[in-house]
Amino acid sequence: MTSSPPPNAVEMKDIVIRFPGVLANDHVNLTLKHGEIHALLGENGAGKSTLMNALAGLYKPVSGVMKVHGEEVNFSSPKDAIAKGIGMVHQHFMLVPTQTVTENILLGLDEPKFFMDLAKYDQKIRDLQDQFGLRVDPTALIWQLSVGEQQRVEILKTLYRGADILIMDEPTAVLAPQEIDELMNTMRSMTEQGKSIIFISHKLNEVTAVADRLTVLRKGVATAEGIDVEGLTGEKLAELMVGRKVIFSVEKKAQEPGAVVLDVREVSAENNKGVRALNKLSLDVREGEILGIAGVAGNGQSELAEVITGMRGCEGSILINGEDVSNQEPSAAIARGVAHVPEDRTGVGSAPNMTITENTIMKNYREKPIGNKWSINFTEARSHARGLKDAYDILAPNVRTMARKLSGGNLQKVILAREITTNPKLMVAMQPTRGLDVGAIESIQRLLLAQREEGTAILLISEELDELLTLSDRIAVLHEGEVMGILDAENAEVKEIGLMMTGMKRSDS
Amino acid sequence: MNIEIILHAGLATGTILLFAAIGEIFAERSGILNLGVEGMMLLGAMAGFSTSLATGNAWVGLIVAMLAGGILSLAHGLVTIHFQADQVVSGLSLTFLGTGLALVLGEGLTGQHPPTIPIVDIPLLSQIPFLGPVLFSEHSLLVYVGYIFAPMAAYYVYKTRPGMHLRAVGEKPSAADTLGISVYGVRYFYTFVGGMLAGLAGATISLSVSPGWYSTQTTSGQGWIAVGLVIFAQWNPIRAAFGGYLFGMLRRFILDLQGPALLFGFANPLYVNSNYGFFLQMMPFVLTIIALVWGSRAATKKRLGAPAALGVPYIRGERGL
Amino acid sequence: MNLPYTVIFEKRTADYPKWLPAVTSLFSVIVAFIISGIVLKIIGGDPLRVLKFFFTATFGSWAVFSDTMVKATPLIMVGLACAVAFKMKLWNIGAEGQFYMGAFFSSLVVLVPMVNLETTPKFIVIALMMIMGMIGGAIWGFIPGYLKAKYQVNEIIITLMLNYIALYWNNFWIFDKWSDAGFQMTPQFEKIAWLPRLSDLAKEYKAFSGITLHLGVVFGIIAAIIIWWILERSHWGYEIKLIGDNPQAARYAGLNITKNLILVMMLSGALAGLAGMSEISGVVHRLQEKISPGYGFTGIIVAWLAKLNPFAVIIVSILFGALIVAGREIQPSGLSNLLQGIILFMVISSDVLLRYKIRLVRLEQEA
Repeated sequence: MTSSPPPNAVEMKDIVIRFPGVLANDHVNLTLKHGEIHALLGENGAGKSTLMNALAGLYKPVSGVMKVHGEEVNFSSPKDAIAKGIGMVHQHFMLVPTQTVTENILLGLDEPKFFMDLAKYDQKIRDLQDQFGLRVDPTALIWQLSVGEQQRVEILKTLYRGADILIMDEPTAVLAPQEIDELMNTMRSMTEQGKSIIFISHKLNEVTAVADRLTVLRKGVATAEGIDVEGLTGEKLAELMVGRKVIFSVEKKAQEPGAVVLDVREVSAENNKGVRALNKLSLDVREGEILGIAGVAGNGQSELAEVITGMRGCEGSILINGEDVSNQEPSAAIARGVAHVPEDRTGVGSAPNMTITENTIMKNYREKPIGNKWSINFTEARSHARGLKDAYDILAPNVRTMARKLSGGNLQKVILAREITTNPKLMVAMQPTRGLDVGAIESIQRLLLAQREEGTAILLISEELDELLTLSDRIAVLHEGEVMGILDAENAEVKEIGLMMTGMKRSDS
Repeated sequence: MNIEIILHAGLATGTILLFAAIGEIFAERSGILNLGVEGMMLLGAMAGFSTSLATGNAWVGLIVAMLAGGILSLAHGLVTIHFQADQVVSGLSLTFLGTGLALVLGEGLTGQHPPTIPIVDIPLLSQIPFLGPVLFSEHSLLVYVGYIFAPMAAYYVYKTRPGMHLRAVGEKPSAADTLGISVYGVRYFYTFVGGMLAGLAGATISLSVSPGWYSTQTTSGQGWIAVGLVIFAQWNPIRAAFGGYLFGMLRRFILDLQGPALLFGFANPLYVNSNYGFFLQMMPFVLTIIALVWGSRAATKKRLGAPAALGVPYIRGERGL
Repeated sequence: MNLPYTVIFEKRTADYPKWLPAVTSLFSVIVAFIISGIVLKIIGGDPLRVLKFFFTATFGSWAVFSDTMVKATPLIMVGLACAVAFKMKLWNIGAEGQFYMGAFFSSLVVLVPMVNLETTPKFIVIALMMIMGMIGGAIWGFIPGYLKAKYQVNEIIITLMLNYIALYWNNFWIFDKWSDAGFQMTPQFEKIAWLPRLSDLAKEYKAFSGITLHLGVVFGIIAAIIIWWILERSHWGYEIKLIGDNPQAARYAGLNITKNLILVMMLSGALAGLAGMSEISGVVHRLQEKISPGYGFTGIIVAWLAKLNPFAVIIVSILFGALIVAGREIQPSGLSNLLQGIILFMVISSDVLLRYKIRLVRLEQEA
């Protein structure tokens, strides 16, 4: 019996996708061979997710041809794409938190038609789990699961639909190093069973570890189409992604930290679900020092930032320059010189329908010269905002622009500018560079280091290990609300941090 | 005062709230807050009443009432789903619109006597001591429909595929969208269902519980009470049914307080001065406030809440897609 | 079916022009009139005759225009009440109840009486009535504000329930304690408790005879100026807008949301209460059952149509004052109610024009 090689799993030719004012994809080609792992790289906003959403049937290209298993397709809804065996694991999980794993997997299918006999399907899903080694309790509600488990549900969702082409949108961003290894094993075992995978990432080491070929997008244009991963250097890749040679020149000066500014003592707190998120946690930060907090997302980082800045109640004590601010309103922390760069820029850090001016005066609208006794001097406020706009290089038509019209990087600069002008003693920065492009990341990092030189104590919470290693003086690793250990950033090893992130306590601390 | 009469009457008036509140639960479960229940009920009451008058058939009236409520609700659907308008303001304008339409079209209906929904006994069951007379005799057919409807609605929401899709759209529309469930379609459908049930609730008043057309006095704020009941019931149809019945009974109990000259051996102040009746008329609204405070506290404690996407327009490409 | 053109909605990337909201509002009102006209035609009326009647009955002479302004007066204050609360995304739809409580509390000055009406100067009586009216409304605003701040209870339902309660509360007093010989109203207030009217000056100026416009309209205009200053220039207004736009960010910025929530509800209630005082002291001159043809609810539409701008509230109030004046005589009686509903629907639908550009596109271009 002769067999011709199976046709390419996916062929996308000359794809053009346009949004109002933006050309998201400009004549992009992508070919996914049968049984390969194909990496799709690019900066934030390069058009990776857009291209993949078109393949998943969510967006309609303006022009271009898509073929699946050699057959031309024209999707008008995600249902069409699913029917052709395409499954997408979204970066932000598309799961209904209040429903069970089984319910989430069965969502949108035709079978069972009406009556939901969940027990029967729980068993079917267990069988599927055995086949691919993706363990998770089918009867659990999604909100009770860890991030890693939720991702497994997402993958199971596509497999249950018989997907043989999987699109994974930045699947490693939320995982610990060890979990990433596990995911890569799963990916390999899936390709062995005949699946083809498109793997979106912007991390070179992951790409070289798992992918066969790669395609790079920059500003909607493909700068590399299906080249082999082997022999590719990091510099070359960075050049393809960014368009210029990137020199990481952010450097921190050696300096001796001063007195203790923040002293957190045996603090415990609950998260929004009422589950204990911080467990007798203690740490301190000194003047002119950056303490980095490493950890897998959801191990108490958000809660730590919130108890220090007064947005969440807790047990234990939080001293700022010797004064206890625990269990008070945010105004108490602000009054003692605590600046806060929150995790959620749009949801917490800014008012989307207010102007740049109004967003920059959020913390000093009562102070001279902007604030009078009862009123606000808007002429002063505007000139203050204009000053910040120039000094921090915020790109916007003018200071009357609404915050929601700013890009992520510019919005983050508005927030940082506002927080820095309060002359803080302590700055709590949570994920300050997440989702920003390379240029913006660099300028935000420089601003943080400049604050360090000014003598501000900085608590930097990040999921990017590289960032923590570059910026921090010391790194504390968080796991299930406890500090697993505090390392000197200079001698810290990624492997050790990785182990601590999964709950191995440092023996000598 | 007679406990049997209070319970019996409470079930009848509670049926009005049951239909309206469950309809609103369907809409809110899909993410659409429709504050226009009062307007849809009034329009339904008028449409049912006048159709029954014109056709001589109360059942046709009932169907027309449901259609009227449903069609009116689609205006809210269009504005909030497609135009992404604020659901609170749109719901309020639906109240004005429904009330206005009902008053304009209902001119001259007062004092008419169309056929009403028949009142029947359930054979055998009505013979059970105490429960029979309360639950199964001399009720409008609609009351019996309500008995069956509430558990069916609950089963539908929690145990069937369309119910599962309904909950998914109200909790996380982007997840439903990626799996090919039409978020807009689901929202339009349940907004319409909510409108139909509000129309049915209105006709339940005008063709059954207290037959007649008394302009805005026909519904006298019960649509708003139903909206409050949804929060009290925490979006659960069974709890909404019990809440409705309980409310109906308390209301009747309070009205009956006016009857006896002696209360617990003392002169009844309500009997002596009928003006104290105004305080009794306040009671349904005071009770709603108390129920809401109680329900909101319980919800905060148990971390139960409204559907996560309630009141939030869905736009593909925003909010995490 | 193959149309050569298709309509596409395109999200606005730039800010819309400043004049656009005013144009869409005006457009909505016109469309609402047309739709109501069609409804009227269907049920057998004559829309053009009604429209002509509408204008002559409301703007046709100084006397009728004064009537229109008298109806607009409470609307200005109630509209401001709603606008302030809506700015903070507090859905106070209880202005009707707050209006009645304002009327009740200010009546206490005369009915109890709280001061000696023979000897106290008029301006003190009036000032006291104003303060009492605002206190009454503020109390009725405090209840939902407190319940929302403390127990996260939905203010929409609470304010609505309080409307009904206020109505029955008022009824008890006018039917019982202060009933005028068994009628459902209190006796007429002494002249000292009346707000000055233009017709009071008829002796000196002949033109003012029969012009019932009273001092309340000045209260409304002053209130609009104060509310504008609060919202656009003061610390408090900034806080109100920040909380309204993003309560999380407001909390993060160190604002006391609980306090502001209660205060704004009380301010809103006080404005509606002042409207109640102005109405009984300037128009009705007694407490009675039907002192409001739904001012509290119309105020919601006024605020929304005015896009929450205090000065626009004044203009929109005049239009709605006219609707009320004409509505009393236009048959069928529900028509002005219907028209209000349609106007509000048109206004919120037209908001889509502020967020999207709507373009007609040739299909060939798209392909």
